Amino acid sequence: MEEINQNSQTSQDFNAEILEPKEEVEIQQFIKHCFKKNLPIEIVGNKTKQSIGKKLQCAKTLSMSQFSGIIDYKPEELYITVKAGTPLKTIQDKLKENNQHLAFEPTNFSQIFKTNSNEGTIGGTLSCNFSGARRFKVGSARDHILGFKGFNGKGEKIKSGGTVVKNVTGYDISKLVTGSFGTLLVLTELTLKVLPLESETQTIIVSGLALEHGLAVMGSAISSSNDPSGAIFYPSNFRKEFVFNDLTHKGSITAIRVEGTKISVTQRVENLINDLVLKDKNLTILDNIQSEIFWQDTRALKVFAKKEENILRAVVPPSETLNLLNRIKTFHPNYFLDWGGSLIWIGIDYLSSQKIEQLRQRILDANGYLTVIKSPISIKSSSETFTIDPIKFKISQNIKKSFDPKRIFNPGKMYTGI
Amino acid sequence: MSTLKMPRVDRQTLKNKDKIMKDISVFTNKQNILSEKEELKPYETDGLSAYKQTPMLVVLPETTKEVSRILSYCNKNKIKVVPRGAGTGLAGSALPLADCILLGLGKFNKIKEIDFANRCVVAQPGVTNLGITHAVQHKGFYYAPDPSSQMACSIGGNVAENSGGVHSLKYGTTTNNILGIEVVFMDGTITRIGGKTFDSPGYDFLGLITGSEGLLCVITEVTVKILKKPDTVKAMLLGFPSIEDAGNSVMKIISNGVIPAGMEIMDKVLLEATNNFSKAGYPLEAEAMLIVELDGTKSEVEELIKKVAEICKQNKCSSVKISKSDEERSKFWSGRKAAFPACGEMAPDYYCVDGTIPRSKLAKVLREITKLSKKYKLPVANAFHAGDGNLHPIIMFDANDESSLQRTEKFGEDILKLCVKFGGVLSGEHGIGIEKRELMCEMFNNNDIQQQINIKSSLDPSSLLNPGKVYPILRKCAEEGRLHIHGRDKSKFSDIPRF
Repeated sequence: MEEINQNSQTSQDFNAEILEPKEEVEIQQFIKHCFKKNLPIEIVGNKTKQSIGKKLQCAKTLSMSQFSGIIDYKPEELYITVKAGTPLKTIQDKLKENNQHLAFEPTNFSQIFKTNSNEGTIGGTLSCNFSGARRFKVGSARDHILGFKGFNGKGEKIKSGGTVVKNVTGYDISKLVTGSFGTLLVLTELTLKVLPLESETQTIIVSGLALEHGLAVMGSAISSSNDPSGAIFYPSNFRKEFVFNDLTHKGSITAIRVEGTKISVTQRVENLINDLVLKDKNLTILDNIQSEIFWQDTRALKVFAKKEENILRAVVPPSETLNLLNRIKTFHPNYFLDWGGSLIWIGIDYLSSQKIEQLRQRILDANGYLTVIKSPISIKSSSETFTIDPIKFKISQNIKKSFDPKRIFNPGKMYTGI
Repeated sequence: MSTLKMPRVDRQTLKNKDKIMKDISVFTNKQNILSEKEELKPYETDGLSAYKQTPMLVVLPETTKEVSRILSYCNKNKIKVVPRGAGTGLAGSALPLADCILLGLGKFNKIKEIDFANRCVVAQPGVTNLGITHAVQHKGFYYAPDPSSQMACSIGGNVAENSGGVHSLKYGTTTNNILGIEVVFMDGTITRIGGKTFDSPGYDFLGLITGSEGLLCVITEVTVKILKKPDTVKAMLLGFPSIEDAGNSVMKIISNGVIPAGMEIMDKVLLEATNNFSKAGYPLEAEAMLIVELDGTKSEVEELIKKVAEICKQNKCSSVKISKSDEERSKFWSGRKAAFPACGEMAPDYYCVDGTIPRSKLAKVLREITKLSKKYKLPVANAFHAGDGNLHPIIMFDANDESSLQRTEKFGEDILKLCVKFGGVLSGEHGIGIEKRELMCEMFNNNDIQQQINIKSSLDPSSLLNPGKVYPILRKCAEEGRLHIHGRDKSKFSDIPRF
């Protein structure tokens, strides 16, 4: 790689602890500087998800929040290319002008981490890969990244992918980078698949179902040809969090979302009510506006926003959910279910490292995995955020080394030693 | 065999063949080891059949443990291994090496579990793509990716090549439709990645391995997502006076918020060839035809058909035909699916190119292809997964004519360069294999390729698993991704017949 003349191309002072680059060349020089000096870097966007993962103590911070802007947006090609520090909201607003959106509905952590309405940057969103209720229909963030540019741990510029959906041209590094919590690359540019916004959304809410029945209704809905785009279960203790004119029934909420054209949605809602034998149940159909609020609240984990200190995220095959919830009853979890029962959001009043490991084991026994989203700082260093086995730990170490040989990017953020 | 440069043959390995056979017979049944010339013959090529190379040995293991022991043994003894599924791949990813053990996964042919509750199927890698749908269709389910070779191609091969099909625009490719895999790394390590849940924790190894063309590990089990079949599926045949009008219609359909299940464009040459072949009832007066498949509820499909017809009429569509039954819909597709044999009727040989371009560049790229067709004096028929920009020009030639073969090879190369020039990629669904290996520098520079090679090295340090594939051996990639091959190197590259 050629040496870049530091003085002529950047005004940034690499002695400062925090670098907020606006130009790519500053990022490259900074990484090269840190690589040379063995200085670990914490990479952040708008810090809305900074609390997830191990707490880092790095000599340097690379804040990407000023590295922002839409580079290329082609609505008819269904893609957008943005700089990594672009706020998610800027992208969402731009896409909305053309009736399009990022269909993977990234989880909005702004309420639980008290970052107000700031949902963070696209780089952070992709690096964390937490996706919302449409997961079973459209995939997660990793299914929507088409390509990227970035710098590896030696400061070498790397690109992969492109702007097209069908692409088998070398390893799909875009997917590897998604969900890697900034431990492999500093992302600078991202190209994402965008999809049309549906014109009509209706939400069938069945009130008062027992958990088992709620799970069955969600499973049948997803396994039908009615193509729902969300299936959620809130136990009755969360009922008070949802105030809608049309929602008058009490008890638990089993919600099925249907999106499409009006004629299609109306027919599919009717089909679902008939097919799932829901006519005699306490039914509410939320219209467009109420649906939007309901699913935005779900995406923002609103039910945990007020008081939950500790939030865990468990993913298990849907058939295991009921058993698992029975097996973790003694932990007194506050929970709700997304992804048709496969994703269990758990709020717990008191959490210790031991408790996390006990829960993790039960979730592993159910063929699932646990991610700690919010936990007391006091236990962060003694507990693992993510679930990993020794074999995959070793492979992950090797992969990490291939991108970041000196482990300068977010070292230990995901796992101690990676 | 062409002069394609492949990794250096290890003479010592070849000398040790008998000992290797004996050693391997400890790990697997003797009958699973093929070493006689006539036994090896069927394995000397894959779907890229102009390339032939007899492997040193073929081993057909029956269990994951056997695969693990064989790989571990080969790793220790520095023996190259080439994994193979059904051998239908079109890019030569399963081409043997003279000193390799060809590891055939054909005996891994069982469906291990059908799990309707979790909407997935656990299959061994040798199960065919269509075999999965057949196993679940009695309950109205199917597996979405549908490469045209789906009757024969294996699910393990689909994962290795990230296979697509005509429905990728709406339903994604293999990578979007699998939940988990069991794999064996070159050192014999067995691990499971993912399972019956979405988004396994940690690095997305599932994403990395899908489409890695057998270079990173051997796949021994696949868990795929299954979907419920839509209520109603209808196809439309739309004729256009020009390929531009068909291309514009595709753009307008998408920008109007409609994502059809499939959208295919066929040019006049292919239209006539396939209609003669399969009597699909295509509009022969048209210069180009668009097939649009729409699925969903009955009323939704009816609504979308109206919308699509309206958009196409505004873009000079000259004829509209809508399938009245599933039989008629199948007939509409039969012509498209007969593209290869139809071209086979028109010329002694044909070569299918696979690249992807942005949809908006369709007309431009097709015009360029027409020019190239004249330049190289070779007829070309164009099939195009228009919805997702995946181009499949079919060049017709005569392999017995040396000059025709050389021109075809250059023609194919120029088309792929065009794809990259217009913002697309070298392969949409067939992979790179050996076919496009040296063209990788068209898209990537040295850094990009080195990073990919570093990933390979981190999992297979001695580069024993499927070496010589995907990454250029004659690597001279410039900083910004243009190919710089001159003089003698160029002549080496030109010797690659890509058929």
